[in-house]
Amino acid sequence: MIELDRVSKRIGEAVIVDEVSLGIAEGELCVLIGSSGAGKSTVLKMINRLIPLSAGSIRFAGTDVTHIPPEDLRRRMGYVIQSIGLFPHWTIARNIGTVPELLGWPAARIGARVDELLSLLKLDPASFRGKYPHQLSIGQQQRVGVARALAADPDVLLMDEPFGALDPLVREELQDEILRLHRDSHKTILFVTHDMDEALKLATRIALMDRGRLVQAGTPAELLAAPATPFVRDFVGGRDRGIKLLLVERVTQHMRAGTDREGEPIAADATLHQALSQMVSQGVDRLAVVDGEGRVIGTLHLADIVRR
Amino acid sequence: MKNRSRAWRDPLLWSIAVFVLAVALMPAAKPLFAALFPSLERPLYEQDSFAALALSHLLLVGASSAAAGIIGIAAGIFVTRPAGAEFRDIVETLIAIGQCIPPVAVLAIAVPLIGFGGEPAFIALALYGLLPIVHGTIAGLGTVPAAVAEAARGTGLSPGGILWRVELPLALPVIVGGLRTATIINVGTAAIASTVGAPTLGSPIIIGLNGNNVAYVIQGAILAGLMAIALDLAFGRVIALTQRWKTA
Repeated sequence: MIELDRVSKRIGEAVIVDEVSLGIAEGELCVLIGSSGAGKSTVLKMINRLIPLSAGSIRFAGTDVTHIPPEDLRRRMGYVIQSIGLFPHWTIARNIGTVPELLGWPAARIGARVDELLSLLKLDPASFRGKYPHQLSIGQQQRVGVARALAADPDVLLMDEPFGALDPLVREELQDEILRLHRDSHKTILFVTHDMDEALKLATRIALMDRGRLVQAGTPAELLAAPATPFVRDFVGGRDRGIKLLLVERVTQHMRAGTDREGEPIAADATLHQALSQMVSQGVDRLAVVDGEGRVIGTLHLADIVRR
Repeated sequence: MKNRSRAWRDPLLWSIAVFVLAVALMPAAKPLFAALFPSLERPLYEQDSFAALALSHLLLVGASSAAAGIIGIAAGIFVTRPAGAEFRDIVETLIAIGQCIPPVAVLAIAVPLIGFGGEPAFIALALYGLLPIVHGTIAGLGTVPAAVAEAARGTGLSPGGILWRVELPLALPVIVGGLRTATIINVGTAAIASTVGAPTLGSPIIIGLNGNNVAYVIQGAILAGLMAIALDLAFGRVIALTQRWKTA
């Protein structure tokens, strides 16, 4: 869906992005991670042409982005930023309807789409559509920010540290919304963050950048199990690497057969981290594993968690 | 009922009503001025009607402020675009220098260049009004949060779309604030403009000062003052309308 081929950005003598090549396949949730100044936001903004690139090329759905007029390109890529940037003088409905309005949708269709998105992001359409951004909490504003990015059903979602300014509880809620959205819509998402736990939770693939260079790209488990350099090892986990592994592995991959009813049940798609936490807090060493309908499908023992 | 009682307490409507009544009833106050200034042979300015003076005063202020508004807002927009960015410093410097020159001096310079009458007054007022308007436009456009501007670009609005739909609406309160300052200053400067031959509410003031007629001065000053108050309140109302969303 998006291919970066030896993309560089130089400002004067400084090299901000250094020959980054990265392919993001359709339906992927690729997390671009690195410390501040690593060049990850610059990469993102070169994709929607907010920043011109100095060398290399970027293709979007097979076409070089410089051959697509920037406004057209951006209307096909939802854009969510940390500082949200809702238009303060427009109602929530008009904010969400920005791109459909630019694309000339009829008003009735825009209205229906706005209500659909508000419901999707768990905001009651009747009470929110006529409000102004300043009347919403930061978390609600970012929900609207995500809705605005999704409005015209773009092929790609570009998210630049979208949850960095939210408090931990709200951040977790919104991460869950993004996971749900990605699972249901299979949108291609490029997500920039500096928070490793966020990356491990969301990513189907992680691309790690350091000082303008792409250091390693792979699934969360690959980065944890086989870090390419000491830098990667320190960045993804350091001494907590084992614990971080528990964040990306699921109960289903480790449970054993049997319908042992002992212990409180845990969902099959929960992470090992959640399972371990539940064992510790309840003082038990085994949990019944249940599927979506609550049927017991297996058992997870404490020993299963460390076995690999 | 409720609307009527609100209208009664509206200072804008009151100030307009007081101004109009003062213009209409000034001739009727002749006995009052005669009593206050018994030494004056002519206690009421009667060369022109106050209504005609008020009207030409208002027209001069309105036309010059409108011209200054169109040119000033356009200039303010131009220097904040990439194409005009290099002129921004010089425009801001000119504004800073221009604001140090008193309006009277602008009039004094205009006369030898253009001659006497309504035109030099119009040009001097328009030029002087430019300064707060350009300033207000640049400042207003500067209040647009960087995040909002970035989101507007990232969402796919064109540069023109960003200006019309995002930047100007958000800058409008400050831009109208500049227009308000320019207009109020022009009400005062237009009074002085009667010295260069433009008939305004300044005519009784200037003639009164020359002829030692305090009553004339008071009559002109009261009306010009009331006009300034009414215009100021009207602009306050417009500014409130441009940011209604803030109080939603």
